[in-house]
This record gives sequence, C-alpha cells and structure tokens, in this order.
Amino acid sequence: MTIKDWFNKRKELQIAHRELEEAQIDDSIGKLWIKCYNCNAQLLKKDVEDNLDVCPQCNYHFRINSEKRIQQLFDEGSFKEMFTDVLPTDPLNFEDTETYKNRLKSAKEKTNLNEAVKCGEAKIDGERVSAAVMDFEYMGGSMGSVVGEKITRAMEYALQEKIPMIAVTASGGARMQESALSLMQMAKTSCAVARLNEAGLLYITVLTEPTFGGVTASFATLGDIIIAEQGARIGFAGRRVIEQTIKQSLPSDFQTAEYLMKYGQIDILSTRKDLKATISNLLKLHKPYVVKEETVKKVKEVSEKKTTTAKKKTVSKKKKVKVEA
Amino acid sequence: MLMLRFEKPLYDLRAKINELEEMGKRSDKDMTKEIQHFEQAAEEFAEELYANLTPSQKIQIARHPERPNFKDLVDRISENFVEFHGDREGTDDRAIAGGPATIDGIPVMIVGTYKGKSTKDNLIHNFGMPQPQGYRKALRLFKHAERFNMPIITLIDTPGAYPGIKAEETAQGTAIAVNLAELAKLKVPVIAIITGEGCSGGALGLAVANKVLMFEHAYYTVISPEGCASILWRDAALADKAAEALKITADDLLKFDIIDDIIKEPRGGAHYDYDLTAKNLKKKILKNLKELMSKSADELRNERYEKFRTKGVIAK
Repeated sequence: MTIKDWFNKRKELQIAHRELEEAQIDDSIGKLWIKCYNCNAQLLKKDVEDNLDVCPQCNYHFRINSEKRIQQLFDEGSFKEMFTDVLPTDPLNFEDTETYKNRLKSAKEKTNLNEAVKCGEAKIDGERVSAAVMDFEYMGGSMGSVVGEKITRAMEYALQEKIPMIAVTASGGARMQESALSLMQMAKTSCAVARLNEAGLLYITVLTEPTFGGVTASFATLGDIIIAEQGARIGFAGRRVIEQTIKQSLPSDFQTAEYLMKYGQIDILSTRKDLKATISNLLKLHKPYVVKEETVKKVKEVSEKKTTTAKKKTVSKKKKVKVEA
Repeated sequence: MLMLRFEKPLYDLRAKINELEEMGKRSDKDMTKEIQHFEQAAEEFAEELYANLTPSQKIQIARHPERPNFKDLVDRISENFVEFHGDREGTDDRAIAGGPATIDGIPVMIVGTYKGKSTKDNLIHNFGMPQPQGYRKALRLFKHAERFNMPIITLIDTPGAYPGIKAEETAQGTAIAVNLAELAKLKVPVIAIITGEGCSGGALGLAVANKVLMFEHAYYTVISPEGCASILWRDAALADKAAEALKITADDLLKFDIIDDIIKEPRGGAHYDYDLTAKNLKKKILKNLKELMSKSADELRNERYEKFRTKGVIAK
C-alpha cells in the first residue's frame, strides 16, 4: 500500500461515513422538526407539542386530532368513551372514484378511529360533563348517520345525568356519501339541542379549525355559549364556492374566528391555552344546574323506543337494498 | 313551453302529426288513419318516457323555468292569502315569502322559498336562494303562527341557501341551525312540501316538520349534484353520475324514510298543468292537516322529535 492508496482509502471511508450520517440526519430532521404554516419558522416538534400544538413564535394554532384535544381539555384520564358500538355502514351503496366502503376502511386504518366523533363522559376541573369531540382526520370530520347518532346520544346522556353538554367541532360538513341521510343528522342533532334548551341544560360549543357546512348549520352554532378557538376557520359555505358565486376574491381573514367575533357570531374567542380554564369558569358560573324533570322523562321514552326500532329498520332497509341490487 | 332536451323525440313526433294534419287539409286524401296511428304512437312513447325518468331528467323538470312557483301554488290551493314582509331587523329577503291564508276555510300560515319566472323577477327573489335574513323572516312567521294557533305549511323550492359575503357575515349557518331547533319546538302542526329543488341545509331550514311530502319529480339532497361531482369526482360535468349516486328522487327518499308521501304530478311535470298540480297538492295537505290538527301540542312536538331522532342508518 502506498501512501497515496492509504489516503484514497481514508477519503472513501470518510465519504461513506458522511453519506450515512447525512442520511440519518435527514431522516431525523423530518421527524423532529416542523414548519409553521403561518410564520414559516422551523420549529422543534417537541417544543410545539409541549406548547399544546401552538407555534411558540407566532401563536399559530395547529390543527389537532380528537385524542390530543381530549388530553388538553379534560382532567387527566377522566374521559370515558361511550357509544363505541355505533358503527358506520353504506346504506346507499355509494361509489364515486372510490367506494364508500373502502373510504370507511382506509379512514379507520389511517386514524385508528371508528368514526369522526368521540363521545363520552369527562371531567373539567372535577366537574362532570358529557362531551362530543370531533376529529377532522377521519373523512374530514364529516357528519353521517353515526356522527349524528353519537352526538344525539351524548346529549341525551347529558339530560339523563343532568350534567352540562360540551361539543368540540371540527368538520367539513355533512357526509355526501350518505346523502339525505346525513342531511337528516342536522335535523336530528338540532332537535336534541331543542330538548336541552327546554330542559334548561347548559350546552357549550367549541368551534375549532375547521367548522363548516352542515355542522355549522346545526348543533355547532346552537350552543348557549359559543366559544371559537383562535385562528379557526368557521363558516357555512366554503371559500371557493363563495368566490365562484360572487366572482371576486375574499379578504384574507374571511371566515376566521376573529372575523366571526367582529360580526357578533360567537361569545368568546379563546386561545388553546386558555380554553380549559374558560370552560371551567363558565361551568362554575352556571351552577347549580336546574333541569326540568319532565323533559328528561320525555326524551328517555323516545330514546328507548328508538334504539330498538333503529336496529330493526337497519335490517329491513339492508334487505330492501339487496333485493333491488 | 320550453322543451327539455330529453323530450325532443316526442316534440318531433308531434310536429310530424301536425304536418300530416296540414297535408290532409290541403289534399283530398284521407289522412285520419295515419294521423291516428302516429298519435297513438306518440301517446305510448310519452307514457314510457315519463314513467322511466332518470334522476338527472327529473332534475331538469324540477328546475324547469315554468315550474309553478310559490305564488302559482298558493293562489290555487288557498284563499285570502296576505303576504307578510320583513325580518323586523332591517331586511325583507324576497327569496322567502309567507303569510296567513285559509285552505278550504282552515286558517294556516304558508311560508316558502320564492323563485321568479323572468330574469328580472329572479333578481328580486335571488333565484330562490335565501339569505340569513330570509330564514329569520320565516322564523318570525312560524312564531306568529304558533301564537295564533295556525298550522304551518312550507313550500320548498331552492337551489340552496345563498353563499355570499354578507350571508356569512350575518351568520347563514346560525340562521338555519336556529330554525331547525325552533321548528322542533313548535306547538302547532308543521307540514313541509318539497315542490321542486330541495337543496341542502337551505331546504332543511324550512323542513323540520311533522310530515314531509314531496312532488313526484322534485329532488331533495344534501348537496347539489354539481357540487358533489366537483368535490368527489373533481369534475362538475359528472353531475348526472352524482345525481344517480346521491339517491335524490322521491321514490328513493320514500324508501329511506326521509319523506312521508309523494304528490303526483301531471304527466311530464307540474309545468304542464298548474291546476291539476295544485289540486293534488291541496288534497294531500288537507288529508295531513286533518290528521295533525286532532293532536295536542305535546303530541306534535314529541312526534317531531321522534321522527328526526330515528333518521339515519347505522351498522347493526
């Protein structure tokens, strides 16, 4: 081996090592860092997560899933999920570029969720509440039969237990793949809110990024108190639809929580950090909860009747559809 | 009468019959037999054509510019109608119309979306697309009806709630949501009729009723087929496909328990015979009114709650 060979060999080794190192760094960068959509800052993911998924530099609120929301909003370990046996089906045999059945399957695989909402009982600073938390990651948080049913059941549970109802929304609107059946969920959830109103039960909604369409036009905006999270986009019609209709571009803050505040549509604009304390304070301010027994009884009768008939109906409908096919 | 695209073969056939009649008049030759033959063929063809309409053909009928609108129907089914205006908060949204009237002597409140017939008319009524103020006006009329114990009839024909800047600023979503919840609470009977287009929350905002009826060729959907196609297929031109998939016809919706009954239309659609259309409508309204008016306020509210509580299909 000449001295020249030895240098060459050393150089090759160094290059190989560097390449390996670079590859490793690249990989870990992808996992460790994220870029803020708003201020473009490179942020350590851990810093962001420790800050409730809010950009430490510009206070931009990242979209979060239901699991994180539950962690942040309720007392540790207090959330007990309910109605997990309510599962989606494909009543219309719907197919666009993909069948609805496949879409349901891949949504479940992607998110490890059964549907676009988690409902259950939880505690906020020790105060019991019935909660519904939507998840945008599951088919855009769209409301189909299951979402409507679970939210309605959560409201009925609130009535039965005489505890306040809290709904955290994140949804693109109604689920097209269930057509008119999903439209009916708007009516169903709103009818349930009507019962909460009659009984005098406190109902708080928290509108988060994004809340649109059929969800905005039903239970989301029916809260006794409406809280919107900072920066969330909230509206009825989508931005693109409006632009196409009126043929002009829209202001950049159009349909943000701040915009809604300006136009008197929400009670409270809250940062994610203050959200729990805000709700906790509101719960205390509305105590004691006085609920009309009569309404509770009426709702109980209907919901008992419903559970049996809904199942029977599902079966007979399935049969009918099969016969047609 | 504006001819729809799929009706062309029928119109061609009728034109031929007219030609034959002309020829018969001009020459000595007796054409009666030929004319009769063609007339019978046209008749059979029409029967088959209109009995087997596809969803997108029904949409064309539902959107026919001469389809009877709010005024056409109200004039024919009721007496003494007085239109009430405004939301008492600064706006009179003309996409919604309503007021008290009597139907066969029974005092009722009729509220509905209003589509114009001409372009000028349509600009006034915003093509039947209500702003939030329209829904608030409707709610004011519902409350009026409740106070004076009048059953409510809603006539719905809308491409949807208007998507615009002012609509968002004045809370379109909230206006519809409030109507859904307030309709649920009403102590008087509510009958909703989808007479033409029943698009999305814009239609539902008037349709949380004890009975939901639908015209034979009307359609009722969560999103317009064009909107659905542009989102799911990324191509609005595939609206026909979306219309099939969305199951928007009266027959389909009856099967899925979304509506309670179908109102027959004259052959070819309501625009061929306003009087017959109104006669069928009035008959169904009276039948349902009689049934609902015998019920107590509590019964009506509980039934309305139960009706919508059970809507939807979940896995067993």
